[in-house]
Amino acid sequence: MRRLIYLLPLLLFVGVGVAFLRGFDRDPRDIPSALIDKPAPEFSLPPLPGHKEGLSNATLKGDVTLVNVFASWCIPCKAEHPIITRLAREQGVTVRGINHKDKAEDAIAWLNRNGDPYASIGVDLDGRVSIDWGVYGVPETFLLDRQGRIRFKHVGPLTPQVVEEQILPMVKHLRSAS
Amino acid sequence: MRALLSTTLMAVLLALTPVTASAVQPDEVLKDPALEGRAREISKDLRCLVCQNQSIDDSNAPLARDLRVLVRERLTAGDSNQQVLSFVTDRYGDYVLLRPPFKATTLFLWIGPFVILAIGGVVTALYLRGRKGAAADGPMTAGGDTAPLTEDERRRLDALLRKDKA
Repeated sequence: MRRLIYLLPLLLFVGVGVAFLRGFDRDPRDIPSALIDKPAPEFSLPPLPGHKEGLSNATLKGDVTLVNVFASWCIPCKAEHPIITRLAREQGVTVRGINHKDKAEDAIAWLNRNGDPYASIGVDLDGRVSIDWGVYGVPETFLLDRQGRIRFKHVGPLTPQVVEEQILPMVKHLRSAS
Repeated sequence: MRALLSTTLMAVLLALTPVTASAVQPDEVLKDPALEGRAREISKDLRCLVCQNQSIDDSNAPLARDLRVLVRERLTAGDSNQQVLSFVTDRYGDYVLLRPPFKATTLFLWIGPFVILAIGGVVTALYLRGRKGAAADGPMTAGGDTAPLTEDERRRLDALLRKDKA
């Protein structure tokens, strides 16, 4: 029994070591959103020139919606763009965009070049609405239920893995739930 | 010659630049020094989420600038310091606070070190008491906690010592 006490420091060290080792697998950029399960913030954004519809709370109700914050100057946005296009065109997910701190002509040129899968886009020129959404690194993607509540958030470019393992099951669940 | 001139000019300019860690730009500063002071104080407690170990007061990231401007706007609108902080945490969560709040989920963070210190104290006290108890049994000499020699051992020791002398 007394001898076990001498093993205690070793056990403590192993415990701390395991805790630190697990830390390696965690992405420090992955900060839990404060808005999960809360209604989307009150906002109303104008459309890009030449487009009909902008983005506001009213547009986000009724269907499960993916809201993607993007910009033409953002390189990872280009990387995730085919994945978002596939979600919209092949999986039938309603995707809407927030164009973050972008010049209108740049955004339009970018959409012409890369394709426009967005059902509608709101222009957030000064980034204020993005702050209301808790955005800190473009691209960011939110999944909203039919009531317009934020149910899931992904920071950084979408990957096929995130889509397969998280977004598509969640879309299915949210559509059947209500 | 021109290169020398421009290097000298750069050196002089650098030497004249006031050394400050803050990233606050002149156009952000509020006219009211009291309000600006509060804004600086709040900004130092808010983490910049882009470069996570800097406060928004230190960071040059565009988001940090936006948040600094936002903090100043809220203050000008008459918010208290606490209202400004909750405005930001409502959007970004407790993670933006460089000083984590004291609540159930952060209990171990705040109490943990003191708990470990207390455990260490108890273990040390027990150890010291154990040692004193052992010492009280016999004379305070080296090897005082071993049994004294038996009659037989003493005779053998004497014999060995005598052999050495001879």
